[in-house]
Amino acid sequence: MSKRVLLVEDEPNIVEAIRFVLSRAGFAVDTHSDGRSAFDAVKDRAPDVVILDVMLPGRSGYDILQDLRAEAQTSDVPVLMLTARGQRKDEEMAARFGASKFMTKPFANAELLDAVRALAGA
Amino acid sequence: MVARSSSGTRIRDRRIELGMRQAALAQAVGISASYLNLIEHDRRRIGGKLVLELSRELGVDPSHFSETARAELVDSLRHSIAKSGAFSTLSESVEQLAGRMPEWAEFIVAQDRRLDEQQQLVSALTDRLTHDPQLAASVHEVLSVITSVRSTAGILANEEDLDRDWLGRFHRNIYEDSQRLAESAQALVAYLEEAEDDASEESISLAVEQLEHWLDQRGHHVPELENPTSDVGDFVAQELQDTAILGLPELATTYLERYRREAELLPMETLVPFLTRRPFPDPLALANHLGCGFGPLLRRIASLPEGKAPQCGLVTCDSSGTITFRRDIEGFPMPKFGAACPLWPLYQALSEPGRPIRSVVQHGNYDASRFVTFAISEPKLQPSYDGEQVYEATMLILPSRSFGTETEGEDARQVGSSCRICLRRDCAARREPPVGGFR
Repeated sequence: MSKRVLLVEDEPNIVEAIRFVLSRAGFAVDTHSDGRSAFDAVKDRAPDVVILDVMLPGRSGYDILQDLRAEAQTSDVPVLMLTARGQRKDEEMAARFGASKFMTKPFANAELLDAVRALAGA
Repeated sequence: MVARSSSGTRIRDRRIELGMRQAALAQAVGISASYLNLIEHDRRRIGGKLVLELSRELGVDPSHFSETARAELVDSLRHSIAKSGAFSTLSESVEQLAGRMPEWAEFIVAQDRRLDEQQQLVSALTDRLTHDPQLAASVHEVLSVITSVRSTAGILANEEDLDRDWLGRFHRNIYEDSQRLAESAQALVAYLEEAEDDASEESISLAVEQLEHWLDQRGHHVPELENPTSDVGDFVAQELQDTAILGLPELATTYLERYRREAELLPMETLVPFLTRRPFPDPLALANHLGCGFGPLLRRIASLPEGKAPQCGLVTCDSSGTITFRRDIEGFPMPKFGAACPLWPLYQALSEPGRPIRSVVQHGNYDASRFVTFAISEPKLQPSYDGEQVYEATMLILPSRSFGTETEGEDARQVGSSCRICLRRDCAARREPPVGGFR
């Protein structure tokens, strides 16, 4: 059975590219674009890996990550944080809030794929 | 009721009545001119020995100032305590505190003023922090589009069996993203240009930037202070009396006092005949000819009006390497925040105090313009046997064209603005990678 990835990202063309790359690699990809309802989406869909952008409409990825770690149902889900900032403080913040991995935009498709595979144990 | 004039006003009125310059009175009573300027504009209180000294120099009875000062102290104390909300009724105790323990009363008022100043500083810094996210958002937008382009291009380049439908979608996405990228990049450039060229009162919040902005508007020339008898304190009070920028009057006073001294040392009528020659004369030879210091000459060149000296830039730094002043010049961008390029001859001068340094440099990040720079590091304070000394480095930046063909055969040192926006890969002095990585 395919591993399931939930991609929380609001840039449609990035979503389309990532979904294509991961789907071709055998993952089942769901997407979500709104920060306000992202936490519920993770709970509802129970993915094997979450790819979470930091800057989302309505709610920051860091806030969503903290909620995920505080909720028993989602506290262990692997989360790959994506950010366009790439500053050390962002990476430190992601680590402090419990991100499994941190990746800076722009990234190579192969790099993203490797990270998702590692987190999914695929 | 007749309004009581403040002690600062009384001091200033009496000094002007005697025809005494602010700097002369300050020296006579053993304080700096900028501190006296603060006193005269009621931004610092006087008491004790200083009242006696000022009274003596101004030929008035100490009570002329001290009675006023006492009443002001009571007013300030009442205001400070009332503002804190600590007591509801206190009129008698305030009088008693100011009368019996004036030092403690002064201390409370001074602490309250310091709190106000800190709050102003926090507000100014908060303004900047809330300003910066705009830049962060623009950069974020550009990087997001680049991410999309990179991922999509990666798919198109590496996936060989894409069907026509997917191929069409990804081509369309790349086309849309390229348009968006062009718009985002233009918006970012417009933002940066606006920040650079149209720095408004709101966008410049700290004293150094405000002073630079004020001088930029005047072309870095202050005709009012070319006259040796001009009074810097009065000038600053008149020009900057309404400023809310913490520390600006003090900073401007220090800068302009040196301006006036150097204008007196190197008056325009002496200097300009040399500086309008073409090619431009060697500043060190000129300093030796005129018998003046190299640093004062460099700063003086940068303070002359348009047409009296070539277009030039100037930058100074303290012993820590922190830039303390900038006069911008086209083609040689200098960072507004953070550290500059360590390859600037300014920093070489800092490591070799007293040695004049001439360098031909090329600013690689911009349009590869060539400049000739002249730099020196000099002691900033009067020498003394026991006191500490601090050094200040000054660098004058002149376009190489000012020297005609003189520099054509010379190798130019490659410099940048700061590591964060410099794309030179093979730089031994690099501190950190550029924002967004190497392209």
